[in-house]
Amino acid sequence: MTAETLYDKLWREHLVTQREDGTALIYVDRHLIHEVTSPQAFEGLRMAGRLPWRLDANLATPDHNVPTTSAERATGVEGILDPVSKLQVATLDDNCRDFDIVEFEINDARQGIVHVIGPELGATLPGMTVVCGDSHTSTHGALGALAHGIGTSEVEHVLATQCLVQKKMKNMLVKVNGRLGEGVTAKDVVLAIIGNIGTAGGTGYAIEFAGSVIAELSMEGRMTVCNMAIEAGARAGMVGVDEKTIDYVRGRPYAPTGEMWETAVQAWSHLHTDAGARFDRVVELEGGEIKPQVTWGTSPEMVLPIDACLPDPRDVEDDAQREGIERALSYMGLKAGQRLTEIQLDRVFIGSCTNSRIEDMRAAAAVVKGRRVSATVKQALVVPGSQAVKRQAEEEGLDKIFVEAGMEWREPGCSMCLAMNADKLGRGEHCASTSNRNFEGRQGIGGRTHLVSPAMAAAAAVAGHFVDVRELKTQGAQI
Amino acid sequence: MKAFTVLDGLVAPLDRANVDTDMIIPKQFLKSIKRSGFGPNLFDELRYLDEGYPGQDTDSRPVNPEFVLNNPRYKGASVLLARENFGCGSSREHAPWALEDFGFRCIIAPSFADIFFNNCFKNGVLPIVLDQALVQELFDQVEREQGFRLTIDLNTQTIKRARGAAIEFEVEGFRKHCLLHGLDDIGQTLQDADAIREYEAACRMRSPWLFDSIAGVQQ
Repeated sequence: MTAETLYDKLWREHLVTQREDGTALIYVDRHLIHEVTSPQAFEGLRMAGRLPWRLDANLATPDHNVPTTSAERATGVEGILDPVSKLQVATLDDNCRDFDIVEFEINDARQGIVHVIGPELGATLPGMTVVCGDSHTSTHGALGALAHGIGTSEVEHVLATQCLVQKKMKNMLVKVNGRLGEGVTAKDVVLAIIGNIGTAGGTGYAIEFAGSVIAELSMEGRMTVCNMAIEAGARAGMVGVDEKTIDYVRGRPYAPTGEMWETAVQAWSHLHTDAGARFDRVVELEGGEIKPQVTWGTSPEMVLPIDACLPDPRDVEDDAQREGIERALSYMGLKAGQRLTEIQLDRVFIGSCTNSRIEDMRAAAAVVKGRRVSATVKQALVVPGSQAVKRQAEEEGLDKIFVEAGMEWREPGCSMCLAMNADKLGRGEHCASTSNRNFEGRQGIGGRTHLVSPAMAAAAAVAGHFVDVRELKTQGAQI
Repeated sequence: MKAFTVLDGLVAPLDRANVDTDMIIPKQFLKSIKRSGFGPNLFDELRYLDEGYPGQDTDSRPVNPEFVLNNPRYKGASVLLARENFGCGSSREHAPWALEDFGFRCIIAPSFADIFFNNCFKNGVLPIVLDQALVQELFDQVEREQGFRLTIDLNTQTIKRARGAAIEFEVEGFRKHCLLHGLDDIGQTLQDADAIREYEAACRMRSPWLFDSIAGVQQ
């Protein structure tokens, strides 16, 4: 048999029919549903008189526009102040009830950001195809799954047929060699990758992340990396299955048990790229050279190591590139040549499907423990990715560390990553954010987002401006 | 879905790379549970000077005179000429819904983001990829020629213009077929229902854990 990449294997194992024109029907094992991209799909089913093909493949939860203050969350959907958000969350509840789809409602003990609860509950497993009407579905690829975002028409298509019409993507390998330095995290790795290949560098590809640095990352870290594959243009990011993957999945609520577990582990053991398999593109990075990263502009590729200065458009020959830099500097209210460490922050956001897992909470807490948020920072929000993360963090006393430092400890949801709820930036405000997109207006109209790791965000909260977290002496746990 | 056969339309240029779907339709409008009505909020933050919110009367809002789509010269445009990596970011199908609702049926760019590209075809919008140099030529032409139009024929896969050579473009066979006939692809997939059932039966044997019900499991 010819050597295959992990993506080749996942594709082949889910192929229902191959059509002559190069498209194929691909079977979907797990479909995650949230309130924003599903109402029109359910409406479509109703209008066509169709029912879901297979109920138990679907799992729903509200996350994008749920409020995060405990006061607004106390009475569930009824308590949502924004009537438009409330209607959308209530519509998800109604649709799930009408179609008999499992939903973890707003205050259910299993609620959370779809991309946090999937792996956490064992609802997404190695070898699965996982889709969701959300581009950050690539996160689940960290488990050795084929996972990607889809549009609402495809949400309806998956509900109705359990399949997607797809064309096979090309294979890209991103190999991160060597070892990361202390204080350098998965977020820095993926930002460095995007800085290297650009926001369209992965368009048309499925990216497999590999190399000693990826192998060394925790499962949470691998999720952070795969989460941002889409920010490099690739719909799907993935990591091969190893011992760490199996250890992570074992004992999760929806993971197989007993004899079935043994069979599954056996089946998952081949979920890696074969020796000699061919990639269409290979990119290699040296882990030891990666420093903590900060985005300065309005695209995730506009990223630099913390000790760098902002680019000067006058040094750039290409017209389009120069204009892009000028436009970004102007929007961000920054000057060419300015040091990243000179950027003053108005708000700090620690959360999102990129960085709201327990490991992220611990990293941020380790930095702020015994310290205070700078008086110049208006707000520092910590939003756990799920009810389970929240419970775990509270058991470890992390919530107290945040609150004592002057941060706000919130209820789970997407929150300020995309500002569909009340958590948003004001015009001109700079935010150190652990989220995934620094687009214009993403976190609020006129808001200025800088993407960083949880440790870097926490350090910035304390200093009031960006600092190299490696220079801050940590107390308690390691960063 | 509206069929797409031949489009003869006015061209509007959007000279900016990496236009993301947050820019095409900002998040506050994603709270709608409908599929229509997004046109007045297309490019909301670029188009208006005030802050937009759902349900607002857009006619009385202050418009940004600098923004290209507010230029009377491009009023009624149905072809959008764009730059690299158009539609990057979020998977929101609200982006093509807004473009279509505004009146755009065709977008021409040197490259598109994957999910956006795919979403267009589901909504009667034809995204066309052309060489960088050709796109630049069209940008030059739009600027030079007032009322510049293109005639896009999906069946013959050609773009015609009053001045200049006809341009050929690529489109995948299945997508072309669906767009030409305005077909909803769920119906077509269901023609393969037997194959899906066969696949499921084999998969259930091979990987039974994939069919465990999640309904009854408690944490």
